Amino acid sequence: MSAPAPPLALLAELTHRCPLQCPYCSNPLELERAASEIDTETWCRVLDEAAALGVLQVHFSGGEPTVRRDLEVLISHAAGLGLYTNLITAGVLIDERRMAALVAAGLDHVQLSIQDHEADNADRIGGYRGGHARKLEVCRMVRSAGLPLTINAVVHRQNLKNLAAIVDLAVMLGAARLEVAHVQYYGWALRNRAALMPTRGQLVQATETVNAARSRLMGILTIDYVVPDYYARLPKACMGGWGRRFLNVSPAGKVLPCHAAETITRLTFESVLERPLAAIWAESAAFEAFRGTDWMPDPCRSCERREIDWGGCRCQAFALTGQTDAVDPACGLSPAHHALVAIAEEESAAPPPRFAYRRIGKSRRHRGGPSPRPSERRPN
Amino acid sequence: MSERPLITAVSVPRLPRHIKLRFDEMRQHWVLLAPERVLLPDEIAVEILLRCDGSATIGSIAKTLAEKFQAPHEEVERDVIELLQDLADKGTVAA
Repeated sequence: MSAPAPPLALLAELTHRCPLQCPYCSNPLELERAASEIDTETWCRVLDEAAALGVLQVHFSGGEPTVRRDLEVLISHAAGLGLYTNLITAGVLIDERRMAALVAAGLDHVQLSIQDHEADNADRIGGYRGGHARKLEVCRMVRSAGLPLTINAVVHRQNLKNLAAIVDLAVMLGAARLEVAHVQYYGWALRNRAALMPTRGQLVQATETVNAARSRLMGILTIDYVVPDYYARLPKACMGGWGRRFLNVSPAGKVLPCHAAETITRLTFESVLERPLAAIWAESAAFEAFRGTDWMPDPCRSCERREIDWGGCRCQAFALTGQTDAVDPACGLSPAHHALVAIAEEESAAPPPRFAYRRIGKSRRHRGGPSPRPSERRPN
Repeated sequence: MSERPLITAVSVPRLPRHIKLRFDEMRQHWVLLAPERVLLPDEIAVEILLRCDGSATIGSIAKTLAEKFQAPHEEVERDVIELLQDLADKGTVAA
């Protein structure tokens, strides 16, 4: 096999620590603690290696990246390498002084998450009182600093009815982009699936709201829309294909093809502490496992969309079927697809269970929470 | 921004501060870096984008390119407007 094309972007997950506790967090259930985080010097080396490998953009993420006091050092280092720097943040820890420091470091763009359009429900979902008001203030700081702003809104059955108001809020905050992302179910989100899954009717209405807003706000607000897998007929082209465009470095230095990849417990991921990034990208077994189309089962390998959706999402396939190379159940051609739709319909029709909030050290399943079906139970 | 920017022959397009057009040595290709997006503009798009300097009008950009590529001015101008309107709608070009 020839050497893979260089990655376009690095997702730098600086930490799993976060003051918010969103029940749809895509971080793994077993969160890394502060003591296992790689240090500033190692991150700077990772950035050097990423730039040399061909990476053009760095997304500083987490957890909440601003809990790292060396964030400015890393942004400055990345900017010095000519990398486009993006901060993916909950915002709540940023004050005027920190914002000025981030701008001075050379930050190019901020993506800030909101949980709803109004404080009561937003703070309930995020598990952080006062968070929403704080976020609005930070958005103002971002725009006063002259930085472009993207608002990220993860939507689900407990905030979807407010989608139009969320769009209006993004415009009012001066965002040029809005990501309306239906929950993707792995990590904490899979644990909380029944509390988050919308009905098909809610989904249809949301899509209509987005389409109407897109034409009304042409040239004012760009809306990226991530649709929920469970009601889809075609799988998403997750990460633009495994090991094709993105690489992710976890807080502990593990190099992953996507931020949820550690949920695939059968794969072993190499660390930046052990091997250069370029070698891991080109040669590691985890990256090679689902790169391209050779690994695909039927009907994927003969599907005319095999180089469009690249076999969908491996994390989801494994979480729901226990097989790493199974057809993504989001695909209508998967034998597990009908069961998936049935789960979505059943869970969304029942009253939502309580959230299992994302907390470090609280990964064990709560009693009385939604239990896995036999078909989706993970192998030990 | 509260109105859609409309690109016409008299518009003066520019790249906003946070949009970066540069030549990537590794790929031997121009890249346009935008928030959470990397675009690989084709040869003609690069010719246009390099002239979005905040002083040239669309009309004058079209004139230069029509001469360079020996193509009808109206046709070139139409193509320039079409490309830049699309990019302006995505926030990648300001005017």
